[in-house]
Amino acid sequence: MPVMTIREAVSQALWEEMERDPNVIIMGEEVGVWGGTYAVTKGFYDHFGAERVRDTPIAEGVIVGAAVGAAMNGLRPVAEIMTINFAFLALDQIVNHAAKIRSMFGGQFKCPLVVRTTSGGGKQLGATHSQTPDVIFAHFPGLKVVAPATPADAKGLLKASIRTDDPVLFIEHSTMYQERGEVPEDKDFVLPIGKSEVKRQGKDVTLVTYSKMLQITLKAVQQLAAEGIEAEVIDLRTLRPLDMEPVYESFKKTNRAVIVEEGWRSYGVGAEVAARLYEECFDYLDAPIQRVAQKEVPLPYSAELEKSAIPNPNEVVKAVKAVM
Amino acid sequence: MPEIVPMPKLGFDMAEGKLVRKVKKEGEAVQKGDILAEIETDKATVEVESSVSGVVKGWLVEEGQPVPVGASMAVIGAPDEVVDLHVYRAGSGGAAPAVTSAPASASTAPSAPPVTQPSVTREAGTPSAAAPASPIARRIADEAGIDIHLVAGTGPGGRVTKKDVEAYLGATPAPALPRSPAPAPVVTAPEDQIVPLTRLRQIIARRMTESKQTVPQFYVTTEIDMAAAMDLRKQINALLPDERKASVNDLVVKAAALALRQFPNVNASFAGDKVIRKGRVNVGIAVAVEGGLLTVVVKDTDQKPVAQIAAEAKAMIARARAGKVQGADIEGSTFSVSNLGMYDAENFIAIINPPEAALLAIGAVREIPVVKDGALAPGLRLKVTCSADHRVTDGAEVAQFLQAVKKNLEEPLRLLVG
Repeated sequence: MPVMTIREAVSQALWEEMERDPNVIIMGEEVGVWGGTYAVTKGFYDHFGAERVRDTPIAEGVIVGAAVGAAMNGLRPVAEIMTINFAFLALDQIVNHAAKIRSMFGGQFKCPLVVRTTSGGGKQLGATHSQTPDVIFAHFPGLKVVAPATPADAKGLLKASIRTDDPVLFIEHSTMYQERGEVPEDKDFVLPIGKSEVKRQGKDVTLVTYSKMLQITLKAVQQLAAEGIEAEVIDLRTLRPLDMEPVYESFKKTNRAVIVEEGWRSYGVGAEVAARLYEECFDYLDAPIQRVAQKEVPLPYSAELEKSAIPNPNEVVKAVKAVM
Repeated sequence: MPEIVPMPKLGFDMAEGKLVRKVKKEGEAVQKGDILAEIETDKATVEVESSVSGVVKGWLVEEGQPVPVGASMAVIGAPDEVVDLHVYRAGSGGAAPAVTSAPASASTAPSAPPVTQPSVTREAGTPSAAAPASPIARRIADEAGIDIHLVAGTGPGGRVTKKDVEAYLGATPAPALPRSPAPAPVVTAPEDQIVPLTRLRQIIARRMTESKQTVPQFYVTTEIDMAAAMDLRKQINALLPDERKASVNDLVVKAAALALRQFPNVNASFAGDKVIRKGRVNVGIAVAVEGGLLTVVVKDTDQKPVAQIAAEAKAMIARARAGKVQGADIEGSTFSVSNLGMYDAENFIAIINPPEAALLAIGAVREIPVVKDGALAPGLRLKVTCSADHRVTDGAEVAQFLQAVKKNLEEPLRLLVG
């Protein structure tokens, strides 16, 4: 299998889907002539033309609103919002329109829309441009929220997102575009949305995570393995619909869990996963479930402070030891 | 920044200590130098002072819990500082105390009165509530038909975890009887008290068993005429301030220390294929403390004047009784004495304090009729018994050692010039 970066995997998925289906279009700020803020759509404008790769004004409500209309009328738009922080400007279009159209119109209209965006901190972009508010969007039924952590998952899940008839918020991590990994070449390599995956097997503790925190967790796992603790790592990959089956299965074996997320602890992914474990697996519980999450502050600009606010492998190790 | 209070290292071989008492509770203000907690080491209970001023933001370990040296015990921060204890808790603490559970027989009916938790007889700091158990631990115990209270918990706060139940099941044959409820007993006799061993008691139990089981000990007793020594003691104490006044014990310690210089095999240790004759003569003095005993050590006893031995011993004994013994007080003894004279014991046999090769048990100085020049006369006599390791020394040598001790006390000026 070829090895490529997440940037290349995302780009390849878009390219293949545009080649496959003429209804797939791209719209967003600087996606055309410039080739995308993260250079994901470089070359698309020249190849597919201005009709299908559309530069938009700097107006997120317009981007998503127009994309929703296009989706209702038969296109399969992939709208790019430069970062998820700006998606708040399109919140109404995303959660009130895209997420609800199919059910409010009784299935007469569908909304096969993908909103691609980037999330996460760590690049000293300040409090308003570094957030990880993924769970806000995962709160709304009707919207699928996908957040891959590897090149293969990025490609397979983006292709699935474009092909599904429901709106998908597709969250890429802003610091992971250079991550490399093997990616299947098959033009129909499509992964199911809403399936968690065991990324590492272990018997002692279940670590549940997604996106960038998968990397952090796997680093912690190496340290733990050196101390004889074998952790099982589950990548959620999709926040809605949330696939808990592999988590339950793992937890029934290990009886202990730590959830690692980049966003804030309060009302977060950890809270949701822990609550479901308590509901479904109470009789298997051997220790209170631990959560590792971002410190409850607007993310600082200072590099050191920012680093200390975002979860690191040591915090994961500590949390695991607390449940052992 | 919040300050972490770690378990201090109070002796070179201290690996862990037990948090006996949180003197400052969560939320309480603390000044630098205030007593924060009491901890119990292998050898003593000592007070831990705060190195900073602030407010106790939280305790990371429970009372009664053993804590490895260096592990975090508490967090102190500024009054208005918000501290997320989770972060600290995750890395703190050692294994929780193994709750000593009554090894009740498997047929104990579940409907009988609950097994009295050891915490009923409260040793300082043992948790008063029954140890919690995790759901999975309860479930496994239920399925195996065992009473969860019989399982000692090793999880945080003494929680019974899956591992504990599995260990218990692995160690205990499955109960033959199903859990059919038996009629509750009508009359209850006073229940046995179950007293968990303190660290000190555990150490004494281990070391004394080791001594009796591995050291071939023999015993030699002699009687010493103490008339001259008692007279000398009276004279020198008249010249000394209270804190330097010599006790009978101090005189015997000095007499033994001088004799040990002549008999290096008695001031020695057995070491497998060799005997280590100690270069220094450091006499340990057994001190009864609450719940056990400690041995405080007068270093280079043979070199020091009686008054100095007296002063040092007095200070160390006071510290030991107050639970504030220092690491140096209790280390390095090469020979020990144990004195029960103050309790009118005429003579007794003590167990060697390994790895030392010998120990002197000192009785009471008694006024008794003695035969002097063919006639009865009042005399002051002291009996001492030396316990010795036969792998290192023999009866004849120990008897001669005792002759030397006796000579030093019967001609007590030797104590002043030796």
